[in-house]
Amino acid sequence: MEYRNVSKSRRIAVLGSLFAASVMSASTAHAATTVTAVMHAGLRVMDPVFSTAFLTRDHGYMIYDTLLGVDEKFEIRPQMAEWSVSDDNKTYTFTLREGLAWHDGAAVTAEDCVASLERWLSVDSTGQVLRTFIESINATGTDAFEIRLNQPTGLLLSGLAKLSSRPAFMMPKRIAATPGSEAITQFVGSGPFIFIQDEFRPGVKVVYARNPDYRPRQEPASWTAGGKVVNVDKVEWVAMPDAMTSVNALLNDEVDFVQQVPLDLLPLLTSNDEIKVKAIDELGNWTYFRFNHLHAPFDNPRLRQAAMLAVDQKQVLQALVGNPEYSRTCATTFGCGNPYESDYRHDDVVEPQLEKAKSLLKEAGYDNTPVVVLHPTDMATVSPQPVVVADALRKAGFNVQLKTMDWQSVIMQQGNQAAPADGGWNIFATYSTLATSGDPFGNTTIASNGKKAWAGWPDVPEIESLRKEFALATDSEKRKSIALKINELAIDNGVVVPLGQFTIPAAYRSSLSNVPHSPVTVFWSMSKND
Amino acid sequence: MLAYIARRIVTTIPVVIMVAIVIFALLRVTPGDPAAIIAGDDASPAQLENIREQMGLNLPIHEQFLTWGGRLLHGDLGTSLLSGTAVMDLIADRMGPTIALAISTMTFTLLIAIPIGVIAAWRHGKLTDRFVMILSVLGFSIPTFVVGYLLIYFFSLKLGWFPVQGYRDLSHGFYEFARRLVLPTIALSSVYVALIARITRSSVIEVMNEDFVRTARAKGVKESTVFLRHALRNAAVPIVTIVGIGVAALIGGVVVTESVFNIPGLGRLVVEAVLARDYPIIQGVILLFSLTYIFINLVVDVLYTVFDPRITY
Repeated sequence: MEYRNVSKSRRIAVLGSLFAASVMSASTAHAATTVTAVMHAGLRVMDPVFSTAFLTRDHGYMIYDTLLGVDEKFEIRPQMAEWSVSDDNKTYTFTLREGLAWHDGAAVTAEDCVASLERWLSVDSTGQVLRTFIESINATGTDAFEIRLNQPTGLLLSGLAKLSSRPAFMMPKRIAATPGSEAITQFVGSGPFIFIQDEFRPGVKVVYARNPDYRPRQEPASWTAGGKVVNVDKVEWVAMPDAMTSVNALLNDEVDFVQQVPLDLLPLLTSNDEIKVKAIDELGNWTYFRFNHLHAPFDNPRLRQAAMLAVDQKQVLQALVGNPEYSRTCATTFGCGNPYESDYRHDDVVEPQLEKAKSLLKEAGYDNTPVVVLHPTDMATVSPQPVVVADALRKAGFNVQLKTMDWQSVIMQQGNQAAPADGGWNIFATYSTLATSGDPFGNTTIASNGKKAWAGWPDVPEIESLRKEFALATDSEKRKSIALKINELAIDNGVVVPLGQFTIPAAYRSSLSNVPHSPVTVFWSMSKND
Repeated sequence: MLAYIARRIVTTIPVVIMVAIVIFALLRVTPGDPAAIIAGDDASPAQLENIREQMGLNLPIHEQFLTWGGRLLHGDLGTSLLSGTAVMDLIADRMGPTIALAISTMTFTLLIAIPIGVIAAWRHGKLTDRFVMILSVLGFSIPTFVVGYLLIYFFSLKLGWFPVQGYRDLSHGFYEFARRLVLPTIALSSVYVALIARITRSSVIEVMNEDFVRTARAKGVKESTVFLRHALRNAAVPIVTIVGIGVAALIGGVVVTESVFNIPGLGRLVVEAVLARDYPIIQGVILLFSLTYIFINLVVDVLYTVFDPRITY
């Protein structure tokens, strides 16, 4: 088996090299088109099932494919497979489309997909819930497999089509056999690009070559659905630790695409006719803060409400973004622009209600217990929120202590369930992409099963039972009404407090056209004119 | 001399052991969790625990140290927690840009700093001397990254003479290699030129007041010979010391320049590893830096005997 693996990986390296060589030799006929992209970080973790890091996910979309995709209308579409469902909604049959092949030349089989699904189900947050509904997954032929459920669930299709993070990427069986708790060491997909191992420099550069054998779907591309037609020969991801350098490199035509441009540097680019600046992830991100429900004062629901009422979203967004073109207020926990958008208690969440907050503080008998707010100072996307929240809470009458630290320390502290006086915390703020947070399972902040929940540990059994109902619902209208109820409970119980939404614009040379707009950064569809 | 060098090499062993213990301990008391970075923001506590277990991060610290130390004795610096790449391979990959930048910077610095330092000493108290001193103060005062951005603005964006960023090794040809090093070399040299020109000036002025210089002049030796053969050579000891410290700093501490010009060198490697809490990389690179300092100090000490025969070991 070991010999086979080595031999396969060599074959991939040889295939990659041959392809690179063929691209170079073809340059006599036409120059190879290479898109050089500055991504938001350097790629180091390569396994998109092992890690939920966004860059690892984007790498996943380059070289792997998913069984199902999601389009810009949030509709689930076939990608690698078509599906049919039995009358009782308990048996799903997936049939792989013709012509699917791994980058090492082997055909994609149903067994590969079953092994990939098993691995994904073992680690993904949605997958782990979904697994409780699955009776069996069996290959019924080389190109078909069947999933039998113990009861109908809408989580199956939405899970398999999950945008982020972590999508259910398909891998060859020999690789997918790696336990989900271990990172894979071979990177063979069936996606539109081939990873060139020889040119990979961790944290510095990743090179992808167009997969010449990839057969895209016929429908137009839309988000992760439709035909992934690649119009360039190579894509190179480079990491630049200094944002100013990436902007200068774009202005000097040394790179073609910058995934995230800091808002303060935008004026340098918007005045240049050869550069386009656009938020290609139009959904963007939402920022929020969490209470620690285990300890005083926020073990008291009325004080959580008082804190929520005190905060002014516009001030947070002004401090964080400062440009209304790239930010908006939003009162819902599943994101505005997402299917489960809601206006529930809009004014309480968005507008500052200081007088109401003060009277709630009085009613609740606040005893001046210090509120410890974690304040990371080294990341521009999470640094301003705690300062604005702390200021608002002080105005309402809370005794606030800002605890300054680096972001890594905040991540460490998040999991600390000790009392604030013993090194714990009361409030921290962060942000997530809306592609990840649009439903009650993708949104990790919504789980409310006490100490098993994400940092903050809210205990709201009604939310947990509604999440279960959501999982069982297959009708989209019913799912929506459940999600809206969950949102209401989340706001009323202070499970999470939304602080608004923002997008981070990308910038690219005008030589690039058809740059896809998608919540995840993808490189199919785009063309480059020299 | 050989016995002295051998003794110095033997003394590096306890120093390296101490560095290894201190860096290992420091990293373990610093807050941060590599598992959280690997798993991403949405990972559950159970997944984080699994990753920690897989990587041995949940073992007692002394066990982790013994495992790492045992591998170190076999010349194995371990593998990156994030990428799974051998630390030795990562260091080898990043060494080239760092050494290229260090050599070009030090060469450029010496070619500029020593002549202007000597000229300033020769024209001591005159306009030329003051001009050199003003340049020196400016070199000290303007941060390297500001010099870097100014160079990029004028020579890359406005004139288009040099690329903004990046590094190409010699396999891409000397021209591609050299043109990407020009701006970072000038930016980085600004501080070292200022420092070494100043040291050269003050050392030469000091030596020029020595009796043997007066004697040489009394004998009718040409002024240029007095400067270059008698004064400069005798002023070399402090200059060599500063150059040695500069070379060591260039190998370990040019993170800002590497970031501004996007040069994937060792400085960037270690800073990125610190931010990601990638312990094996940090430990490996810091050990390498300590060995570099020890080696350069040894070379400097040996060079003293070349420039000043009165020094013996």
